[in-house]
Amino acid sequence: MTPANLLFAKTHEWLRVEPQADGGRVATVGVSDFALQALTDLVHVELPKKGRQLKAGEPFGEIESVKAVSDLYSPISGEIVAVHEGVVDQLDALKDDPYGKGWLIQVRLSNEGELKNLLAPAAYEKQCAEEGH
Amino acid sequence: MNSAPRHSPLHEWHTAHGGRMVDFAGWLMPIQYTSIVAEHLATRTACGLFDVSHMARFSFAGPRALDLLEYAVTNSVATMPVGQVRYSLVCNADGGILDDVLVYRGPDDKLSLVVNASNRAKIWQQLQACARELGLDAQFSVGAASESSAGDKLDVVVQDITEATAMLAVQGPRAVELSASLLTAAAESHLDALRYYTYTPASFRGTPALVSRTGYTGEDGFEFVVERAAGNALWEALVERGATPCGLGARDTLRLEAGMPLYGHELDETINPFQAGLNWAVKFDKGRFVGSETLTTLRTDPNKPRRVGLQLSGKRAAREGATVLAGGKSVGCVTSGTFSPTFDRPLAMAYLETGHATVGAAVEIDIRGTLVPAEIVKLPFYRRPS
Repeated sequence: MTPANLLFAKTHEWLRVEPQADGGRVATVGVSDFALQALTDLVHVELPKKGRQLKAGEPFGEIESVKAVSDLYSPISGEIVAVHEGVVDQLDALKDDPYGKGWLIQVRLSNEGELKNLLAPAAYEKQCAEEGH
Repeated sequence: MNSAPRHSPLHEWHTAHGGRMVDFAGWLMPIQYTSIVAEHLATRTACGLFDVSHMARFSFAGPRALDLLEYAVTNSVATMPVGQVRYSLVCNADGGILDDVLVYRGPDDKLSLVVNASNRAKIWQQLQACARELGLDAQFSVGAASESSAGDKLDVVVQDITEATAMLAVQGPRAVELSASLLTAAAESHLDALRYYTYTPASFRGTPALVSRTGYTGEDGFEFVVERAAGNALWEALVERGATPCGLGARDTLRLEAGMPLYGHELDETINPFQAGLNWAVKFDKGRFVGSETLTTLRTDPNKPRRVGLQLSGKRAAREGATVLAGGKSVGCVTSGTFSPTFDRPLAMAYLETGHATVGAAVEIDIRGTLVPAEIVKLPFYRRPS
């Protein structure tokens, strides 16, 4: 089951927004279970450096399977405040727990208004069902 | 391609068993069922089963069938004993490769050709052009699995039996053991005694079958051609005996490890056989054939890039189109690249300028903006233990 507190980009990245002590908001970003199931056979994830400024829709890394390589797109704009380096050596975590241990980066939001462009779980699942055909 | 994709005789089996279907040269075929790595390793360690019904199959009969093929392909056909299968190329007059094919020499002037799915129409037209050039009285038609008798007055009758038949490949160290006893050889010999690159008529539960000791994975095994209606039963019998159904994804990683060229990647009309390292499939002593004049001069042309194997550092694969550099200068381009499940590292094939196409040389590959070190290595990457 897809956790209810997530938002999704049409390009299959998820994010979970959490308030910080300083009043700002930070989004944890990963790749959806649907996309990971479709990729199968992961061999590599390429992640960015902490501190980089991202724009919504911009590639921030890549995910490679035996068959192909795909870009990872940032669902929102902001500064990268954390990078999950450990996942690079533990691709199984990505696949086994995509919405938990398989997170990729954390971004401090610079434009909260962009969140309305993202899909709720039900709308995203509908998109996946259509792509599946 | 604006027509609906063709379906293999096994289409319903594939979709019912989780096959992820993709358009492949106008056919909907499974790319994988579970995972490419699992299917790849099943083939290397036990037995993989592949639906290759999309490959085009032409049968030839008549007194001049051999002359037609001898003229159309670069390898020698006349020297083939009955029951032999021979890898060959079909070239154009400029020496460019139109396709790589397998020629099957049957009894009574009968021959067969297996052609890449993407080149089915092109090779059909090329064969017709060859028949005209030779002044043959030829008939080309779409035929049934068991071909009709050749018209008495015709030099050659060519039939496209692709969609009347199914073609299955069984590959891997256990392939022969799992499949040989399913089919009864027409001759006295048992299928497990069939030599590499030979074939024999056989039967499967009363229907005719052709069995060849061939394949495209670097493993031992058979390829079977049966009537369309028998394809499903043969497939299911092989699965029941323990063969692992594999999609075309694993077929690609297996053939790459085995250093086998793929049409549209390592081979095309801009590449000649010598660049591709396929000198052995061109026989100049057999007399004139399509492309023979040009190929004679191309044979010693030092200016054409050569096919090489590349072993990469790291985990990222070099994909088709990636630039290969030596001393910071571009010296060629990757034609196929993947992560190798057997060696747990990325491998690639590329065409490099002759001066740089040396085994042991260090090069760099531009993988989406990052230069990754690689070494030119001898092909094939994988050779099955004998």
